[in-house]
Amino acid sequence: MRRDLILRIGVKLIIPFMMLFALYVQLHGDYGPGGGFQAGVIMAGAVIVYALIFGIEEAQRVVPRRLVEMLVPLGVLIYAGTGVIGLLHGQNFLDYSVLAADAAHGRERGILLVEAGVLVTVSSTMIALFYAFSERGR
Amino acid sequence: MLLTLLVTVTLAIVRMRNLFGVIALTGVYSFLMASVLIVYDAVDVAMTEAAVGAGVSTVLLLAALHLTKAREYPQPRPAAIPLIVAVGVGVALVWATYDLPAFGLAETPINQHVAPYYIQNAIKDTMVGNLVSAILADYRGYDTLGETTVVFTAGIGVLLLLKGRAPRRTSGTAPPTDGGAA
Amino acid sequence: MDGLKNFIEHYNYVATIVLMVAGLYIVIARGNMIKKLIGLSLFQTSVYLLYIAPGKIIGGTPPVLDPKITVYSNPLPHVLILTAIVVGIATIALGLAIVTRINEAYGTIEEDEIFAREEQE
Repeated sequence: MRRDLILRIGVKLIIPFMMLFALYVQLHGDYGPGGGFQAGVIMAGAVIVYALIFGIEEAQRVVPRRLVEMLVPLGVLIYAGTGVIGLLHGQNFLDYSVLAADAAHGRERGILLVEAGVLVTVSSTMIALFYAFSERGR
Repeated sequence: MLLTLLVTVTLAIVRMRNLFGVIALTGVYSFLMASVLIVYDAVDVAMTEAAVGAGVSTVLLLAALHLTKAREYPQPRPAAIPLIVAVGVGVALVWATYDLPAFGLAETPINQHVAPYYIQNAIKDTMVGNLVSAILADYRGYDTLGETTVVFTAGIGVLLLLKGRAPRRTSGTAPPTDGGAA
Repeated sequence: MDGLKNFIEHYNYVATIVLMVAGLYIVIARGNMIKKLIGLSLFQTSVYLLYIAPGKIIGGTPPVLDPKITVYSNPLPHVLILTAIVVGIATIALGLAIVTRINEAYGTIEEDEIFAREEQE
């Protein structure tokens, strides 16, 4: 598919907007539909469409396989770490009200951190799945 | 009417034998399901179903089809008993769902106990306007931790199974004990 | 007349049960493993519809808070089904990886041929 002109130009035009849309969906998860899962899948979709059109070696030069495999557990670590912060202050596990001066702001900050962790895990897992399936056949 | 289209696509998936066409129809099915979910006022769920069902799921199915080189399978086995079992289960379930309240009322028990608490107190407790995000990440955050762990486990499982190149088979049926670099 | 009115009020649930039965039939009756996994995915998505449908209130809006609106649809089924969708795709991905390994070990993904080959050994 590398030699097809329309696909190449079209994909080059659309990938930046896909990544921007993923970031928009993630950060506006508080005020509209959105959140970590949708943003993670859209971000993985941008990398997958680049790998489909330009080849898997090009995609692995931009997003290396080692980096993706190291990012997969990092999201779960961020999530569980936010929970443990509540334990260290003497409250329950996953109690976010200790993160700021008053309880409501602390809970909002906790929700933002947790959604970031979910974004990292979901996007890197989808990219790692695609890399594993496509490298098996070569 | 969207539901009637969904039923038509499903019957086509049951009857079709060409696996590539079946995967394309699965993408159409996910798109129609996302539209039905928007009619049901479930916008977060519709976005997730559209992205996951018509995006990642179709790509993974096509990759697996290419790796196994599966072709159209020969004539199906005689299918009398599965048909009777499936239709029997269906009739029993339809008879059970007639006891559900009519579609769209507001005084049903499902809308009475926990949901009004979330609707009234979410802004006061968490200052987040999207109720689904507030419940998902704060009120029921433990379930979301479990779900993230499930995604992580699936990723690790697939990486363990499919790491490395496929081994070359010398004889016809001897299975290799370890597939490539572990 | 009362039966027809009952049927129209419950048409959503009847259509969802038809989808569920079709998915169940594919899992039981077809021998190709990729088609079985697709049938499993059909079954799971029909359960999502069955779960979210009772939460809809006619005249309500999606559950995003706004000062001008008083009636919202029930947000609790949306949360549970969001988790279920992601778990569903994790299951399908792992199932496809296992099918690929079965294909490399036996050379085929038809259930009948695998059983016949197992009986020969």
